[in-house]
Amino acid sequence: MHAYANPTRFLKLARPLTPLLLVSGLLMVVASLAWGYFAAPPDRLMGETVRILFLHVPAAWLGMGGWTAIAIASLVELVWRHPLAALAARGAALPGMVFTAICLVTGSIWGRPTWGSWWVWDGRLTSMLVLLFLYFAYIGLTQAVDREGASSRIAAIFGLVGAINIPIINRSVVWWNSLHQPPSLTMGKSSIDPEFLWPLLGSTLGFSLLFGGIVLARMRTLLAQRQTEARLRRKAAAAEAVV
Amino acid sequence: MREGLDQMSFVVAAYAVTIIATLALAGWSWLAMRRAEAKRDEAKRK
Repeated sequence: MHAYANPTRFLKLARPLTPLLLVSGLLMVVASLAWGYFAAPPDRLMGETVRILFLHVPAAWLGMGGWTAIAIASLVELVWRHPLAALAARGAALPGMVFTAICLVTGSIWGRPTWGSWWVWDGRLTSMLVLLFLYFAYIGLTQAVDREGASSRIAAIFGLVGAINIPIINRSVVWWNSLHQPPSLTMGKSSIDPEFLWPLLGSTLGFSLLFGGIVLARMRTLLAQRQTEARLRRKAAAAEAVV
Repeated sequence: MREGLDQMSFVVAAYAVTIIATLALAGWSWLAMRRAEAKRDEAKRK
């Protein structure tokens, strides 16, 4: 991992990997969503609305996965001071926020026909909404830190502290009474029928590949912006020295 | 299922939201990356 803390080495790996992840993710998402929409049967209890499963679950997984990535990158930044760790954390923030919002919106759309309500203030929904607000705060904080030239360690500490919400989201349906169903997929176990499980695994893998491609694209954007700024600053300093 | 709502319109709405948001995010991230890298290469050449 230390080897890839070097921007040149990172770019050598990221350049071919970014389009590869984006295209393979997109193809996998299209195939598995088409499978889920057209070929999966209606559920005995949820009817046709079960098809929302193939969007909602990957979005929830990536919303939480995005913050987990921020927390790991923040830890790496604080402990080993990797130059790319801060970029990795910032790169995961926007896609994590978008997938958290998709999870909340698709969950709300799913809730209306199945629960009879667009929204309930239970543990799972509320902790997921808190995650969205954490993303807003993190993105705002990183922008302020970059603008003011303050230490990025503040954002890294926020990224680590915010990770406390991830196990709360995960265990919320076990700890508190909820309209939301308990976990159907755990390590090595599934209570989902294979007719729904395979398109679900396909869409989760596809969205994860897309997420990886988007994170790499965001990291390359941030790296290029910093390199441009550094170059322009050096040129301005050299011009001043000549005058 | 309550109130006899048309389930498929909820499914279509969820798919539309997800597909539009994901494509917009991926497309915008790709274009922003290309723009930022072009700007850096231009600054290098100058």
